[in-house]
Amino acid sequence: MIPAAVEHVRPETLDEALDALTDPEAKALAGGQSLLPVMKLRIVRPSVLVDIGRLGLGGVQLGDNELRLGALATWDTLESAPELKRPSLAALAGCAAEIGDLQVRNRGTLGGSLAHADPASDMPAVVLALGAEVVVRDARAERKLSAEKFFLGPFTTALAPGELITEVVFPLVEGSGSAYAKVEHPASGFALAGAAAHVTPDGKRSVAVTGVGAHPFLLPADADPLDALTEAEIYGDRFAPTEYRRHLAGVVVRRALDRARENMEKAA
Amino acid sequence: MPSSRTVGLVVNGESRSLDVEPRTLLVHALRDGLGLTGAHIGCDTSQCGACTVLVDGRAVKSCTMLAVQAEDVEVTTIEGFAPDGVQHPIQRAFVEQHGLQCGFCTPGMILTASDLLSREPDPDDATIRRALKGNFCRCTGYQSIVDSVRTAAAALREGDAA
Repeated sequence: MIPAAVEHVRPETLDEALDALTDPEAKALAGGQSLLPVMKLRIVRPSVLVDIGRLGLGGVQLGDNELRLGALATWDTLESAPELKRPSLAALAGCAAEIGDLQVRNRGTLGGSLAHADPASDMPAVVLALGAEVVVRDARAERKLSAEKFFLGPFTTALAPGELITEVVFPLVEGSGSAYAKVEHPASGFALAGAAAHVTPDGKRSVAVTGVGAHPFLLPADADPLDALTEAEIYGDRFAPTEYRRHLAGVVVRRALDRARENMEKAA
Repeated sequence: MPSSRTVGLVVNGESRSLDVEPRTLLVHALRDGLGLTGAHIGCDTSQCGACTVLVDGRAVKSCTMLAVQAEDVEVTTIEGFAPDGVQHPIQRAFVEQHGLQCGFCTPGMILTASDLLSREPDPDDATIRRALKGNFCRCTGYQSIVDSVRTAAAALREGDAA
């Protein structure tokens, strides 16, 4: 299938890209692993593709207190980056390694996936559990959105028209451990249920789930995560009806928490 | 109506220029524009991996990349694997191990295997299967394909000339 006719521009700078994105019919094209398939199905028909793929926004910067990932960091980069080989960030590298297939991981990007906001995509759960902030810019200003306020519904985010994700910033917690676990649909590879967990030495824990609702979400910090799941609004379909999916969510939450604790012990 | 434009592609080491529309998928540019029909179209929905090519040495589904995105990067198709009619060690391994039946998925399998073996010269079977997850064989000859990749890895480690 061939996408509908579209213009293509490849700006040289971020400012030029943001300027091109002021066109309400424009779409930013990063790795294209989500956007091009829906364009081929003609579900999405932008008038112009603003090709940001060569803007050099794919860096991995590990500081003392935070990790900054460029929006164009590919899954392959995250899977193999030496900076992420630490127990506190194991969810990031582990999740990236489970996304799609080799070809998709070579092209697909962090920013593209978050902006696409498929309700069953993996990485949003990790971004939520690690308490990341999404840095977005438009032609006038930059703002930071907490991951918790970013995902609003299926394929719907807090990005305003003309805004582009430039970076995702993760706070670093000394001695913590994290992990991602999923049960995937065997054909699509998307999560029937996925969970990311982050545990810290002072006993705090943060757990987020994906694939089970209208958008990925954090489980309440003050309740037992498994109890919280019994109350949560869970999506069902012919592959996994609501009560089966709720069961799967419990399984992946337990696995993610166990592995996060194991990773924290490695850090100690 | 967006106009077509001329893009410069580097395919199998050769600079080629081609008129494409912005919406033209790389696989169509390769097949219809350059006559490189080794990249197969198996599914149209970015799932089957039959159209896999190498972009700067990494496996990519050429149905999920625009030709304009491939401007000035190195694209390798299966035709580039046997430039003088001499089979590449991965191709030889597929012949020896019966890694193909109908052959439709084979170019994609070989190019994905090439990406894997460039990173992991001695992969175990689980690693091979994981790397080939995005390549479907509807003859279901997966066991022989895994054997082929393992055999190819050994041949390449022993310095079998590419």
